[in-house]
Amino acid sequence: MKPVSPIAVPVVLPTDRSGWPNHLLSCDGLSAEAAQQLFATAREMRQVGRRRVKKLPTLRGRTIINAFFENSTRTRVSFELAGKRMGADVINFSASGSSAAKGETLGDTARTLDAMNPDLITVRHGAGGAPWFLAQRLGCAVVNAGDGINEHPTQALLDAFTLTEHLGDLRGRKILIVGDIAHSRVARSNIHLLNTLGAEVTCVAPRTMIPAGFSQALPARWHGNLDDLIETADAVMMLRIQRERMQQSLFPQDREFSIRFGMNPARADRLQEHAIIMHPGPINRGVEIDPSVADGRRAVILDQVENGVALRMAIGFLLLGASGE
Amino acid sequence: MISTGNRPRYIRNGLLIDPSQGIEALHDLELSDGRIVAIMEPGTAPEGAQTIDASGLWVCPGLIDIHVHFREPGQEYKEDLASGSRSAVAGGFTTVVCMPNTSPPVHSREVVSLLRRRSQEIGLCDVLVCGAISRDLRGERLADLGEMASAGAVAFSDDGRPVMDAGLLRRALEYASDLKRPLMLHEEDFGLTSGGCMHEGRISTRAGLRGMPISGESGMIARDLELLEEFGGRLHICHLSTEAGLRLVRTARQRGLPVTCEVTPHHLFLTDAAVLGSEYHSHTKMNPPLRPQRHVDALRQGLVDGTVAAIATDHAPHSDTEKDHDFSCSAFGVTGLETSLGLTLKLVEEGVIGRARAVELLTSGPASVLGLDDRGGLQAGSRADLCLIDPDAEWVVDPNQGFSRSVNTPFVGWTLRGRCAATLYGGRVVFDGRSIAD
Repeated sequence: MKPVSPIAVPVVLPTDRSGWPNHLLSCDGLSAEAAQQLFATAREMRQVGRRRVKKLPTLRGRTIINAFFENSTRTRVSFELAGKRMGADVINFSASGSSAAKGETLGDTARTLDAMNPDLITVRHGAGGAPWFLAQRLGCAVVNAGDGINEHPTQALLDAFTLTEHLGDLRGRKILIVGDIAHSRVARSNIHLLNTLGAEVTCVAPRTMIPAGFSQALPARWHGNLDDLIETADAVMMLRIQRERMQQSLFPQDREFSIRFGMNPARADRLQEHAIIMHPGPINRGVEIDPSVADGRRAVILDQVENGVALRMAIGFLLLGASGE
Repeated sequence: MISTGNRPRYIRNGLLIDPSQGIEALHDLELSDGRIVAIMEPGTAPEGAQTIDASGLWVCPGLIDIHVHFREPGQEYKEDLASGSRSAVAGGFTTVVCMPNTSPPVHSREVVSLLRRRSQEIGLCDVLVCGAISRDLRGERLADLGEMASAGAVAFSDDGRPVMDAGLLRRALEYASDLKRPLMLHEEDFGLTSGGCMHEGRISTRAGLRGMPISGESGMIARDLELLEEFGGRLHICHLSTEAGLRLVRTARQRGLPVTCEVTPHHLFLTDAAVLGSEYHSHTKMNPPLRPQRHVDALRQGLVDGTVAAIATDHAPHSDTEKDHDFSCSAFGVTGLETSLGLTLKLVEEGVIGRARAVELLTSGPASVLGLDDRGGLQAGSRADLCLIDPDAEWVVDPNQGFSRSVNTPFVGWTLRGRCAATLYGGRVVFDGRSIAD
């Protein structure tokens, strides 16, 4: 068991929990400089993805393990593609169900992975804090691919990158994030990163979807009505509504959510000319976003996907390749 | 020379602190046949081989912890009565009360008898038994309260879990009242706390973990105080952790309701910020969880104004395996027997309470909660259970040097001032500051 450093009283909370440039664990404290460096690198990487031979030799011979303890095809494929385009050996390790249920501790899994001498591990896990757990026990770089309801830093980076490509400088820009903020790691990472880049983030959701201590914990505002804010928004980020939240009584049913908070054509038409609509995917057509809007000119959802691969290549490059080791 | 196995006749030159008799002065003590014979004028006891020189030490009643988990029967890999007793006497405790969430649970006279017999066989301290309220701790039907009481159970609790059904709790209050036993309640409303692994607030939001809100504890306390008022009985609130809960207990006590409460050392020192500060270390995970500073402050005030009757550790040993998971999967709980005294003395050092009050919270306070009239003090005729405290000894918490089978404490690396120099049980030295008697 890893020993803990003596807990000081009172506790001094860390200002930068990102782990950058050794790891990428969160956007909580990630500097604007680091983000800009990632965007610039991603711009280059995106070109590689548009060539006929989509390959760079930078990470040849390096080992990347995608340790996904929670199912995800889209994110995993994006990471896999990114690693392979950089020339690395990419291995997927899937472990569904909690380690406790299987009887193997996360600590044992960490030690097993470490024994294979990876250069980088991306981890997606159902429990918040799991990437930190691994980073404390592994000798390699750890990239958080989504931990519980905590953070999804690579998603926020590709979202911010996409926003920068479409809107330029994000300082003073008004960004709306709509949906289940309390349970969305995408929302949380985006709030941290967009705030760091100078944007003004407002979360739009029913009270039931706003987490405890919201205003003290996260640098964003909360507003309960989407229509009030549509005309001044520079970008609207829609979050996927998860049906199990209905069982938890966070909202009554799809239709009501859609009426109150959905991105329908009427709302899309009221947006400013330059404003864009984003979604991390996969979309629930007709719930948080109308099909015609999802397929329409303002939605940059597919740009986000392409930018995601490029951004993840950039992360690999800056964590491993740049050192030239 | 204090060494294990000795049965001293006299304890000389110590500072006797016995809050139950209002004593806080230099006195000598005479013991015989495992009992306290008399308190003597200081320096009058004869010197010699049968005398322990307690110069510079406090001489207190053996400490009492009314809330520990010894994991026997069924989970002896993390602790059993023997290792738990060793941990207890190393911490200065001569009486502990074990909670029933074992495997099988302590819900019948057979298991109570087993534990009482084991306690006597081990013979290091008195391990008392708290029986379950409900059969199998399922919260559906009463366990064999009467038979367990006859077999020696001193109280009843479903600890580890709350009694969610108010109807069952009402019947338990009434039935246990006939038996003159209190209910010790773990107060938690699963409807509000389920899925939570720490306090719900700005720290849990920043950490991205599901939390357990204040009213998950205070709401249940409010409900149970209503039941107490209407149906009678005696209630003791375990491991109280919230300001709101404390306020409810204080008001109820002011109105004369028979309710007491205990607080753990970790809830008197650590806040939920420790979860983030330690980067999600599982040794900061327990139930009820660490709360923000204002709750810590309120609990400390409760020690001062008498609302809190006892400090009790909720000593919850877990193996490395059970704590070697991500935070939400790790088991809840931390050990406490060997750090309790040092942390209570740290409260004295910080000026929160005086030393007599500190000793009271660890001796006569807990004894009175459970009606244990025969202990918690240095009255002539009582069993010679003593804790000799060196108030100046500085030491660093290192669980690998401890006696518990488990090492899950959040206080690793803390420097504490004050520790147990010797523990006597029934007049026999069972801990001499370094080792345990056989």
